[in-house]
Parts: sequence; structure tokens; C-alpha cells
Amino acid sequence: MRMTKMNVTKMSMSTTHKNISFQLNGRPATAHAGNHQNLVELLQGQGLFGARESCGQGLCGCCTVVVNGTAVSGCLTMATLVDGADVRTIEDSADGQLDAVQRAFIDTGAFQCGFCTPGFILMTRQLLEEHPDPTDDEIRHYLAGNLCRCAAYTEIIKAVRLAAQKRKE
Amino acid sequence: MATTSGNSKSGAAEFSALGRSIPRVEARAKVTGRAEYVHNLRLPGMLYGRIHRSTVAHARIRSVDVSAAQAVPGVYAVYTAADVQRLIPEPYYGPAFHDQPILALGKVHHVGEPVALVLAADPHVADAAAQLIVADYEELPAVFDEVEAMTSAAVVHEVLKPAGTFPDLKHLKGKRDTNIALDFHLRRGDVQKAFAEADHVFEHTFRTQQVLHLPLEPFVTVADPTPSQLVIHTASQSPSFVRIEIARLLGWPENRVRVKVPYLGGGFGAKLYIKLEALAAAAALLAGRPVKIALTMEEQFYTLTKHATTLRIKSGVTKDGKITVRECEVWWNGGAYADIGPRITQKSGFTAPGPYDIDHVSIDSYSLYTNLPPAGALRGFGIPQLVWAYESHTDMIAKALHMDPLAIRRINILREGRPQATGTLMRDAGIDPVLERLAQRMAWEKPFDKGSGTIRRGRGIAIGFKASISPTTSVAIVNISADGSCNVYCSTVDMGQGSDTAMAQIVAEALGIPVASVTLVHPDTDVTPYDMATLGSRSTYHMGHAVKNAAEDARDKLLQLARDVGLSAETTPIPDIFRKKYGMQAGNIVGVGSFIPPYTPPESGTGQTPDATPFWMIGATGAEVEVDTETGEFKVTRLVNLVDVGRPVNPAIVETQISGATIMQLGFTLSERMDFDAGQVTNASLADYKIPGMRDIPAMMENEAVDMVQHSGPFGAKGVGESGTFGVSPAIASAIDDAVGVRLTSLPLTAEAVYRGLRAQAGKPLQD
Repeated sequence: MRMTKMNVTKMSMSTTHKNISFQLNGRPATAHAGNHQNLVELLQGQGLFGARESCGQGLCGCCTVVVNGTAVSGCLTMATLVDGADVRTIEDSADGQLDAVQRAFIDTGAFQCGFCTPGFILMTRQLLEEHPDPTDDEIRHYLAGNLCRCAAYTEIIKAVRLAAQKRKE
Repeated sequence: MATTSGNSKSGAAEFSALGRSIPRVEARAKVTGRAEYVHNLRLPGMLYGRIHRSTVAHARIRSVDVSAAQAVPGVYAVYTAADVQRLIPEPYYGPAFHDQPILALGKVHHVGEPVALVLAADPHVADAAAQLIVADYEELPAVFDEVEAMTSAAVVHEVLKPAGTFPDLKHLKGKRDTNIALDFHLRRGDVQKAFAEADHVFEHTFRTQQVLHLPLEPFVTVADPTPSQLVIHTASQSPSFVRIEIARLLGWPENRVRVKVPYLGGGFGAKLYIKLEALAAAAALLAGRPVKIALTMEEQFYTLTKHATTLRIKSGVTKDGKITVRECEVWWNGGAYADIGPRITQKSGFTAPGPYDIDHVSIDSYSLYTNLPPAGALRGFGIPQLVWAYESHTDMIAKALHMDPLAIRRINILREGRPQATGTLMRDAGIDPVLERLAQRMAWEKPFDKGSGTIRRGRGIAIGFKASISPTTSVAIVNISADGSCNVYCSTVDMGQGSDTAMAQIVAEALGIPVASVTLVHPDTDVTPYDMATLGSRSTYHMGHAVKNAAEDARDKLLQLARDVGLSAETTPIPDIFRKKYGMQAGNIVGVGSFIPPYTPPESGTGQTPDATPFWMIGATGAEVEVDTETGEFKVTRLVNLVDVGRPVNPAIVETQISGATIMQLGFTLSERMDFDAGQVTNASLADYKIPGMRDIPAMMENEAVDMVQHSGPFGAKGVGESGTFGVSPAIASAIDDAVGVRLTSLPLTAEAVYRGLRAQAGKPLQD
């Protein structure tokens, strides 16, 4: 058979891409994921833009995604690795309601441009699961991997404290 | 941890919407990850553009070989300057000079300059192909230092090309063999005589380093060539400028270019004027397809930076500490393209002597071209560099005269009604109240624990001021619907500073309706009217006036409508007025407002003007530090930030602005520095270029807006975005000096520099 350009493309597609299925924010999802694609790109393909690639090195936390219950850097996680996994993003909300962390971020004004905010919120949820009543030191340590160039840090610390209190009520 | 004082004089109680700390109007969208950024946008048929960049600082381009890139399967097109010129014969842009080509033309002027663009439907294909492009360069001598650039044989641009928009640049047209993109001079009094009569003369030189805005949303633009218009979706702080400049480049009327801006993931001055827009526009028109160009973090380091500066200040002082004369020379390292540097050189240059009442002043401020990445405005428009120098200088004088830093400032500060160096009288400039409140919060006149053993403590204060960029125009429309809710059409960009919320509060106040009834229409040049730009803390004042005027115009029209239909205008609910007129819920009332403040251009040569600025911004910081005398390591333990922002529109957002500005400047003070090797940035990533994180925030951070009213401002308000940056660097340097007697004169302040100072002090200097 003569190799047409289309055949070449198809052949390379089969070796460089993989059909994956996973749980996305509690619903089943499938994708034809490239081996070279990261998790942020995979989510963009699903119409989700809350995880954002910024530094591209796993240092800023803007691309934070929760995979099998653990926060990961979406820019450093290959898309095909979430095959079979439970993936949750900032857009995850069963009932359209805000949770205590999101409400606390609003009430304390813990963001400015909002680009890093999804990452901070996902990390704060994980922090409060592990430390329901965190000290300031624990908050600073736990969130040290998230950067905010608008530097709403003092407000974010207040938000974490407020969320911790609200979750207990 | 942080507090803002209540305002008594500002009388928030008299207002219903003003002065209230309501949450940002877009809060819910931001905490759910659904706020709209250009980053999210994908259009049918869209191609991704990847830029091939110069690897050398200064060279003639012999050839650019794009054949390997073009051969990559999936590549749609590869463009160089020659392709751009098929569309735009003179492809040079810029706000002050038309010096920056869309793609390098004939020469490259800095490492990282765009040389070619690859388009592909798959961004990974475009990325791989861009790396296969080979440019052949004939390297030329390069100049990197701003002082050397004054006299160097290496000349960045053969001929100067001022844009023609600014009268004080016109004389530079066609000038050859110079790197000076603007020389600004101010003369007041008799400097020579005053120096001769001074009891003491002090002269110091200070330097600041090149740093980066580094918004976490890197630059991104999508250009869409529709049959009727070129639509540009861009993360820009200046949509009106983008439309005018793209239209000029293409030779089109403004209405064929439509610029839309959603939220920005940070701006800080980086996303002003033209950045990616001209390249995306040219590529989209050449390709006939939508084109998205989104930069990586690394590419941001080659796009726009903050001016590195050298500043020489010389002062004559009486034996009692009164400054009688000051001479300032400032060299601004503008990099390879002028961007807005010449405006910084003048508009900030004229405040170089500081907020002090000095009869005899001389300022020479130079905007220099070098072969570094271009520099522009970064949160302060040059002011933080100047404050760093004049406040360090003030404390060095105080120390030499055995005077207290607060005492010398009390003697010399510019008080209300006194003339600034330009001759403009100070009005509603809270220099004195800000300084006094800072002293009070720092408990300056009480004993201070200086530490003991190897940990020594120190403290410092610094105060700076800034004029607003003038004259600039804002236009706004307020559209009231028949149910009484309204839309505000304005081209101010909300990049995180909270302008949507502030404008909603101002309109709600003017119309006497709830803030929830006001929705902002985001910048869209087909819909929202002209605004000069979102920069220089100008929006609250200028656009604040424009939206207030528009709201009042709408209110007047509404009252007229009520009278026309025989209703009592003051007591009838808005929906009833519409219903009476149109018989149902129908119709609109459209109010229009515009604003341009009074301004008198400075006299050439002397820089004198009675009207330099519509308002003054004041910011001061007090710092406390702990220094380890064995290592030079130091820790900022407390920062107290005081500002005069007039009457805060939204106190909570104002406080976040003060705090955020301060922390950003803390990064520029302690850790941030772009390192260069032959013009190449050697630390162009967040791994190597350290911005402040959660752990870098001082344990004690206090922010306060003093109780002031800007009488010429909308409801007494003025700008806030930059004032928190002013005093941070010199206050920390002075605190280090207070702790261990080491005076640093270059930024950033590092443990190594302190340690070198300690060793030199001990008579055991370290080798370089």
C-alpha cells in the first residue's frame, strides 16, 4: 500500500497518543491524549481552564490539580498518567455551592488578579484536611509552593484561618 | 497582622456605596476558576505562534534560514520581517518612539528579540519547528551599562525615530549616533551659589538592578481576522492604545480594529502599549486564520523589564540640617527599545530631589538605549528607583550630621502650599501627616532594642512621592435599563487592582442605587470608549471622574424624563419613570462622561510649570530588621506602610493594594535581580529568579491609609496602586545601617553585601 501523508499521520498518532479514561470532577471522561501533553492541556481539552500553566516548572502552583486525592502540579504531570485516576479541579462542585475555603477567600479578599487563586484554594483544602487547626507557621510552610505575584499573602493567611474556623462550626 | 485605620474626617457615613469594603464584584468567578482570561480563549481554525528569538545582543542579520522549520509536518507558515513588510512596509511601533520592529529587521538589538514566527495548529509542532530556524549574524559591539551608553562607541540605533505624540521628543527626530532617547533638565534657583554657601556638601551614587514584572499570566494575544474587522483579544492594560497603534501600522481607520480585554492575570505595567499585539495581528492577517501567541515564563524575561538606574545626588546642607541645594543626575537603562522610558525620564525625573522643600535644584535625567531587553513602567513609573536614592542619601546626611532620620525629614519636607521643584504648589499631598503617622506607629521617639551579641536590630524610615502622568483622557458611558439596573462601559482594565469594583461603587454612589445593580462592561473598543491606559495609579482619579460624570449625566437625563412625563423625579422609583414613558419595561437612558485634568507643560530647559500633576501620591515605610553579624544574614521583622490615597473607595481593596505593592517591592529589594551574560539572561525562570513567597512576608506587616481627602478627586479619592512601593528599599537599607553600621548603595540588599560591609568595617575586607 502506498503511504499517503494521512497514513503517516495516523501511524504516528497511534504511537504517540493513547486513549485514556478517568473520573473528572466525579463524572466519567475519556480523551485521546498525546504522550507529550501535560495534565493542564488535557483539562483544557475538556473545557476546564482553572488549572493554569504559568512557570512551567512546578514552582508557582497555578496549575494545581488533585489526582487521587493529592494535589499535583498539572504542568509536570503527563496527561496519560491520569488514565484510570480520579481527577478533581477547582471547577469541581457537585451542587454549585461555594465551600468554606472559597467563601473565606471572598470574605477576606484573599486574591487580586485571581490567576493563582484556584491553586491556593485546592492547597488550602488539602492543608485543612491534614491540619484542621493550622498554626501560622504551618500555613506558611504548607502554602510555600504557591506563588501570588499580587502578593495577597497576608489576606490568604487570614482566609485559611477563617476557613478552618468555619469548617469546625 | 494588618490593619487599616478607620476614617473619621473622610466621613464614610455620608455615603451609601463609597468607602465600604464590599467584596470584589468578580469574586465568585475567581474562586471557582471561571474568571475569563485571554489564556482560556480558543477560536475555530486557530493557529499557535511560536517565536524564534535572537541569541545575540547586537548584530546585523545576514540571513534567516527557515527551510527546516517550514518542512516540519503540521507547520502552517513561517514568517520573518520580509513577510511582515508585505503587509506593513514600516513595521515599527512604540508609544514614544517608533523604534521597535514587529520582527527584527536588518539588525537585532537585544538577546531574545523576535526574529521569526512559526504558525501551526499544534503548539508543540510550532515549538519544535521554531528551534530549527537558523539565523546568521554579523555581531556588532554592544553596550549594556546605562552610564557607558552616554558616551559609548557602540550605538544601539543608528537614527532616532520619535513617534511624534510627545512635543518634548520632537527635537530628537533624525538624530544620529547617540544612545540618549531623552534628556530632561530642570533648573530652579541658583545651584552654584547655593553650593558655595552650604555648610556641608554630600554626594553619593546609588544603583538599582534590572528586575521583572513577572505577572503569573504571561503575555498572551489572539488576533482574529474576520471579514469586517481585525479582532484582537489581548491581555493588555491599554486597549485604546492597541487599537490606535494597530490601525496606524495597517493604515486602517480605528473602527476596523476591535480590541477586547477580559480580566488580566496581573499586569504591573508590563502589559502596556504594544507587546504581542502587532505580531499576532500581522501573522493573523498574513495567514488568514486566527493566531494565538502565548509566551512562556522564560520569554517574559526578554519582553519588558524595569529600568536599572544609576543615580548621583549631591546636596548642600546647613549645619542645622536644612537642605538648601540639590543636584540630581539620573541615568535610566532603557534597553533596546524606548517603550515608555522617555516619559519615565521626565514625568518621574522631575521628582528626583524627593519630597523636600529645596530652593535650589538641578536635575538631569537621561533615557538611554542599551543592548538589554527593553525596560518600561513597573509599579511606580521610576519612582521606587528615585526614592531608593534620595531617601538613602537623606539618611547618610543625617548620620554624618549626627541627626535623627525623623528630625532631618521634619526640617525639610515639602509642606502643603509650598512649591515643588517644578514650581507646582503642593495641594492635598499628605507628606507631613504620612510621616508623622509613620513615626507614631513605629514609636520612633521611644527607646528601641538594638539587640546584643551576634544579633543586632535596627530600624529605618523612608518617604516618597509621585506625580500622576498628565495630561491623560478617560471617557465612560453609563447605560440605565428600564428596571433601574445599569451597565458601565469603560476601558479601564481590571488586572487585579479592583477597578471594576471601584467603578461600580462610584457609579452606585452617583446614582444612589445598590452596587449590585451596576455591572461593568469589559474593555472592547467597539463598545467601551477611549481610555489612555490603566497605568500609573490613574484610573480611580481619571476614570473615576469619567464614570461619575457619565452617571451624573444619566441621572440628569432621567430626571428630565421624569419631568417630561409629569412624575416627581426625586421620589419616583426608576422603573416607574420608564414605564410611564414607554408603557412597559422598555428603553434606556445613556449618560456620557469624560475627563482630562488641567495641565501646563514644563518649560523647556528649566522644567518649570505651575501645573505638573492633578494629584500627588504619598507613600512611606518603616522597617525593622535583625542582622546576624557573623554571616550578614538579615531578616525584615516588621514593615509599617503608610499612604495618602485620598478617601479610599473600598478600604479593604486599598489595604490589599498597599500590602501587595509593598511585598512586590520587598522582592525587588531583597532577592530579585536579572543576571546577564553578554546580554543573555542567565536566570530566566522562577527556579533561579526568586519572587516573594508566603515565607518571605515579615512577621509584622501593618498598612494604613491616613485620613485624607483629595478635594479634586471623585468623591475625594485618588490612585493607590503604586504608593506602597515607594519607601520599602531605603527603609530596609537604613535599618541595616542602624543595626550594624553597614550602608548599602546598590540593590538588591543581600546577605553577602552586608557581610562584605561587616568585614570591611573590621579591617578585613573580602576579595571580590
